[in-house]
Amino acid sequence: MNDQLLNALAHAVISGEPEQAALLARQALDAGAEPLAVVENTLSPAMDEVGRRYEEGDYFIPDLVLAGEAMKAAMAVLGPALAERRQARAALGTVVIGTVAGDIHEIGKSLVATMLEAAGFVVHDLGVDVPAETFVAKAREVDADVVGLSALLTTTMRNQQVVIEALKEAGLRDRLKVIIGGAPASPEWAARIGADAYAEHASEAVEVLRALLGGA
Amino acid sequence: MIRPTLQFLAPATVERVIDEAIALLQDPGVQVHAERALRLLGDHGAQVDREARVARIPALLVQRALDSAPKSFLLYDAAGRSAVHYGNNDVHFDPGSAAIEIIDYGATTSRAPLTADTVRYVKLADSLDAIDAISTALVCADVPQAAADLYRLFLVLLYGRKPIITGAFAVDTWHVMKDMLVAVRGSEAALADRPLAVFDVCPSPPLLWSEITCENLMDCARYRIPAELVSMPLTGATGPATLLGAVVQHAAENLSGIVIHQLSEPGAPIIWGGSPAAFDMRTGTTPMGAVETMMIDCAYAQVGKQLGLPTHAYLCMSDAKLVDAQCGLESGIGATLGALAGINMISGPGMLDFESCFSLEKLVIDAEIIGMAKRLIDGIAERETPIALDLIRQVGHAGKFLSTPHTRRWFRQELYIPSQVIDRDFRRGWEAKGSKDIVQRAHERAEALIAAYEPKDLPADVVRELEAITLRALQRAGMDQLPARPFDSTEEKTDE
Repeated sequence: MNDQLLNALAHAVISGEPEQAALLARQALDAGAEPLAVVENTLSPAMDEVGRRYEEGDYFIPDLVLAGEAMKAAMAVLGPALAERRQARAALGTVVIGTVAGDIHEIGKSLVATMLEAAGFVVHDLGVDVPAETFVAKAREVDADVVGLSALLTTTMRNQQVVIEALKEAGLRDRLKVIIGGAPASPEWAARIGADAYAEHASEAVEVLRALLGGA
Repeated sequence: MIRPTLQFLAPATVERVIDEAIALLQDPGVQVHAERALRLLGDHGAQVDREARVARIPALLVQRALDSAPKSFLLYDAAGRSAVHYGNNDVHFDPGSAAIEIIDYGATTSRAPLTADTVRYVKLADSLDAIDAISTALVCADVPQAAADLYRLFLVLLYGRKPIITGAFAVDTWHVMKDMLVAVRGSEAALADRPLAVFDVCPSPPLLWSEITCENLMDCARYRIPAELVSMPLTGATGPATLLGAVVQHAAENLSGIVIHQLSEPGAPIIWGGSPAAFDMRTGTTPMGAVETMMIDCAYAQVGKQLGLPTHAYLCMSDAKLVDAQCGLESGIGATLGALAGINMISGPGMLDFESCFSLEKLVIDAEIIGMAKRLIDGIAERETPIALDLIRQVGHAGKFLSTPHTRRWFRQELYIPSQVIDRDFRRGWEAKGSKDIVQRAHERAEALIAAYEPKDLPADVVRELEAITLRALQRAGMDQLPARPFDSTEEKTDE
């Protein structure tokens, strides 16, 4: 297998070039690369590098978002090839995520979704102003491992608790983990409303969920 | 694009300032305590009173000097690359000069700086991108005072890569310092061709040139080493109480300096600088952080620009005794005003206590102030045409600007991205990192940058020559060996 090609693919992800990433993923398949190996040995380490650069201050939010887009573009090419070989990327888990009812703030939630997807989670992003029943229905439908609840306002953060109560009533609460985030949220708030975890930012969300599901 | 600028004086007012300054040089004239300069002035038509040592300088001489003084010039770094452009509205910053005290992190009392402090300072100033030139900011107490001026230059030459702002404390030490610069550049001609250091020369208010400063000024001209005129009227004490009156006196002192300088060597580079202060009427101090001090600075710079000269001022300084909120506000206002006034070299970062005490932590914080001030004067650019019409239509109501190429294309150019010294974290993130205040963060950055400093690649023979020149001067001052320097590979080279 052509190392140069894979290095170029990793570079395309790290530098956030979706079109280039898709093209190189296609070329890698044509050159006979094993799709699963490409995901595990090239794309995942590339995203780890992106996270590291963000943590160290070299990368900024737009860099993270575009790297996530590049990762998605490469996965759109590799996904069908994986299915053909009856291989599956060892998904870390299935996440249903959204901003709670009454709150239309999107950026933080979308960043978390992008980073989780790039890290290897299957993510269902419900968008903003999502009613509790929609979270419940989607979690049931996709057999979610995680429900992620975002809120930016002190007036809407209480709806994080409403979703958790709805999950309990639907009998789903014990089968999945709930993670919360957003400016007014905190570890203390998470504990108070019965969430399993809190994350300060997108890459912390990835770490927290890896640990939470890895230990399950 | 509009470059934001600040002007305090109407054009007609600037003209009146210049007219009054020129009139003052004729009556009462300027005191000159250097025989050589009096002779030079007399030979060229000034009316000289030898006994009173006063020269009355005719307007024609002033005009001729202004005609021959360069409107701009370049200052070069240690490697010989052009690094600072004195001219137009280009803005640069260098640390304040000649502190006789340093205050350590966490201390409330200051102490005399030593060799090791100066080495740490130079490493830090060399590492901070915001700092364009390195001043000889600390006067070391572990060498005799008679050699303290040249010794600080010796350390800056050993450890610094950037252009240098310095000054001599005596007539003879100026020549030793010139020899050091020649040792680095290779020859006097090469030094004149690519100036490495600027020398401050300070007339005494009102209207007096001491022998030392006058000799320094003429020596700078002769070797075409840039001279920075530092006139320093104190409002209501050694100059008029009105701000504009101080600007007039400043202009008269600086103009007399330009005449002496240009008569010595027409075309030699010279800078319209100063260090005036709004005298504090309660304590009798010379506050560098007073808003009126800053206003006088900006106003005299405007006069200098009208005369077509490169400019300098002492701003971005504080009179606080600690790196505290007063320190931040005075330095921040000063740097911002100086940048808006388009002053070519702003000296002051790192300096506290009426420019007598240096703090490494303040230098690191000031570097952030400078980053913001430089961003401010870059103004608001029209990056794309149409400005945003197509973009906003294309993104539509979804509002996902973060993933557009437009965002990635421009955000680094549009935003000044500060170091971790400036806290923009969520409260929880700030708490997770230890709830540190800006001084703690600045201290950590200072230590990290000093630790990461890469030794300068100065040829071993140049190091040996600098050491020999310095040692001879120290011996004349009564010290028989060079103080020990912190071990690094610069030292290894000297042993080759």
